[in-house]
Amino acid sequence: MSRWEVKIAGFGGQGIILAGYLLGKAAAVYDRRHATMVQSYGPEARGSACASQVIIADEPISYPYVTEPDVLIAMSQEAYTRFAAEVKPGGLLLIERDLVALDMMRSDLARPGEDGVRLHALPATKIAEELGHRIVANIVMLGFLCALAPIVSLSGMKEALRSSLPKSAIELNLMAFEAGYARGLQVGYNLAGNPSQRKEGV
Amino acid sequence: MKRGPAVLTGVHFFNGDVACAEGALAAGCRFFAGYPITPATEIAERMAERLPEVGGTFIQMEDEIASLSAVLGASWAGVKAMTATSGPGFSLMMENLGFGYMTETPCVIVNVQRGGPSTGLPTLVGQGDMLQARWGSHGDYETIVLAPSSAQEMFDLTIAAFNLSEKYRLPVLLLSDAIIGHITERVIIPPEEEIPIVNRKTFRGPREAYLPYLPDEDLVPPMVAAGEGYRVYITGLTHDERGYPSTSPEVQERLVCRLVEKIRRNKHDIIRLEECGIEDAEVVLVAYGVSARVAYRAMELARAAGHRVGWLRLITVWPFPEERLRDLATRVRAFIVPELNLGQIVREVERCAEGRTRTIPVLRPGGAVHAPRELLTSIEEAFHD
Amino acid sequence: MTEAQHPLDHLLRADRLPHIWCPGCGIGIAMRCLVLALEELGRPLDRVVVVSGIGCSARVAGYVRLDGFHTTHGRAIPFATGLKLAKPDLTVIVFSGDGDLAAIGGNHLIHAARRNLDLTVICVNNFIYGMTGGQFGPTTPLSARSTTTPYGNFEPPFNLPALVAASGAVYVARWTVFHVRRLITAFQEAIAKRGFSFVEVLSPCPTGYLRRNKLGEALEMMRYFKARSEIRHGADPAEAGIEMGGKLLLGKFVDIQRPTYHERMREQLARSFIEPYAEKVSEEIKAEEVES
Repeated sequence: MSRWEVKIAGFGGQGIILAGYLLGKAAAVYDRRHATMVQSYGPEARGSACASQVIIADEPISYPYVTEPDVLIAMSQEAYTRFAAEVKPGGLLLIERDLVALDMMRSDLARPGEDGVRLHALPATKIAEELGHRIVANIVMLGFLCALAPIVSLSGMKEALRSSLPKSAIELNLMAFEAGYARGLQVGYNLAGNPSQRKEGV
Repeated sequence: MKRGPAVLTGVHFFNGDVACAEGALAAGCRFFAGYPITPATEIAERMAERLPEVGGTFIQMEDEIASLSAVLGASWAGVKAMTATSGPGFSLMMENLGFGYMTETPCVIVNVQRGGPSTGLPTLVGQGDMLQARWGSHGDYETIVLAPSSAQEMFDLTIAAFNLSEKYRLPVLLLSDAIIGHITERVIIPPEEEIPIVNRKTFRGPREAYLPYLPDEDLVPPMVAAGEGYRVYITGLTHDERGYPSTSPEVQERLVCRLVEKIRRNKHDIIRLEECGIEDAEVVLVAYGVSARVAYRAMELARAAGHRVGWLRLITVWPFPEERLRDLATRVRAFIVPELNLGQIVREVERCAEGRTRTIPVLRPGGAVHAPRELLTSIEEAFHD
Repeated sequence: MTEAQHPLDHLLRADRLPHIWCPGCGIGIAMRCLVLALEELGRPLDRVVVVSGIGCSARVAGYVRLDGFHTTHGRAIPFATGLKLAKPDLTVIVFSGDGDLAAIGGNHLIHAARRNLDLTVICVNNFIYGMTGGQFGPTTPLSARSTTTPYGNFEPPFNLPALVAASGAVYVARWTVFHVRRLITAFQEAIAKRGFSFVEVLSPCPTGYLRRNKLGEALEMMRYFKARSEIRHGADPAEAGIEMGGKLLLGKFVDIQRPTYHERMREQLARSFIEPYAEKVSEEIKAEEVES
């Protein structure tokens, strides 16, 4: 039994909501678990701060907001600055390397100790661009996450991608996912189970 | 593109608005008129895509007044019809809502509530329209208001709303909120044959024998549609059994009392509640919509801390479940009522408590839900005072 | 003993008499022209629906022995839109007044014309709010007195034919209740017309408008309608503005073809759907399409 709280944050146009949706769909539809996804965004369609919050659990989820994320994906400096401190000890903090300035990072995050937050910087946008389009940076990040933490099944994640995207976009997105996943495997560990096994946040 | 099935049987990851649209289609809704408004727009978008697939009609009207007008017209053409909106549009619908009650026109109106008043907080949650839903149109009437708490319930209760509107011949309101409209969750759509569907009572006798407003024993008159040869006259004026306008106080009393009575008399059929931990509870959280989910979490926390706390969720908000609340008021120390408004349903709870138990409001005017910790504080206070 | 039957009794709800209209009011004439037009037109009357809003003219929906819907103020057109869309084989006629259709319902009027949904709108224009006792409205001529323009009206009125023509109506005509034969023909043409048709019917309101403006009895207005009318079919509706005591431009101003709402909808959806969209359309309409 495990429970995961994931926050994905960045700005409008980065596919933040889609990333949360895909993660939740993989869990809810293909892994047959409970999942909720709530989103927040500014009034602008593009460029404003944007976040999706995903909770995945074996039991029904009452309070749908993430209070102490097991995972934070920060795709922008603002996302990092606002949310980095929330990550649970032992949790994962994944950042878009080229959009979050290293010298502005929390100094206590990079330590790999048992209680520390595990920080990984990935040039997801650059990887996406090399694959053909920066628009799939969110999917690169999802692949990276899935290699590091067993939140959803690999097959469920791929099914969610295939069933949610327009046909013409599936191949590129699967490639992006694989690319991120491969980078994640290179990190060399996988958080088996929930890192903290804490109860639902308050 | 091919024709799609009306009932998308299977497991889905839908947001509440999409689930609502799918519930409408499953209930047999084949007409939608609406006007874009955050956070209800996704319902219109889904209906625009799906209705043509199932042989229904979608139209985007020039405003919300026109939207509800068209829905009422479609219902009188014999088609199940719905509109969806949020606060500002809901305000515009109030007059035609009254026309719907007066003429006994089945239809469903969804209000995905956002923070108000006025334009307020278009993208953020609110529960400030709960009393407007009950009292917003002028004059005396009774209504049915359902409050979903999940994407699954956006599906289930939209079907329930259609069934109740067809059964009792009135507009039924689904009062959702921005979080439940946008929360994306697992939604299970059962096979079509497992979904109970209620259709309006119709009259099929000779034209001379038909009185449009002569009720059956259940106080609901059978209905006909335009174009069926019954040559009905339907008016928002006070009308007699023939449907003819009348200025007689007796006709007014007969009509308006029946409109009210047909709901009050059938409240046991209409009212739905969900309860948890009530048996040994000393304090009961009374909530609805998204607030009920926060309250549930608060109850879990309170129980973990050793407090005997129960949880009562209003699925039907109107008619208000007075009997249950009155009963509980005699045996609990306090009701705690969290709402995303500055005190609406808590007034009803307080009325039912009749001074026999404390009623503690935990209120905020929308924008965000309570933190479970906030409710926990109120619970602890209720035990200490 | 049988009471004498009026030849139009089968089209009117005689059990609702007496009607509410004042002596000299022109609405009854317009209503009679409508039922005569319907009788001659030969459409199945069980399929004809009259929808109205609020006001003196709106009471027509309750006097004709047809399906009648007396809806909320200004909302006859959107209600009719829902009826027609949900049951396209109905003949839907909106019969209401100028205040109802052009003031509180003005937005619906122009949007219905834009959509070109197959509706017929009959607008009785008596230049005033009659039922509430004579307040100025969107068609009240400049300088006219009303209870709310006690010093004379200084708001320019709408020229309704120009308004609906500019909005996209495919049939636009104006007559007066003096011109009953023309009016019957216009109603027939408007109902037969596929798309949004509009007939403005100028009519005296002796109580609310004539008396306050010292324009005499209703008969005086009828004489005025006769004397100052200029019938010019095909005239530019922009010239059809009305001034107090001025000439009245009458006629059929617009009679054009333009795809209706349903035609465009079916055509557009057919591009996306393998099967035809409009499965609910009755045999009648399908037959019409084959003919045309």
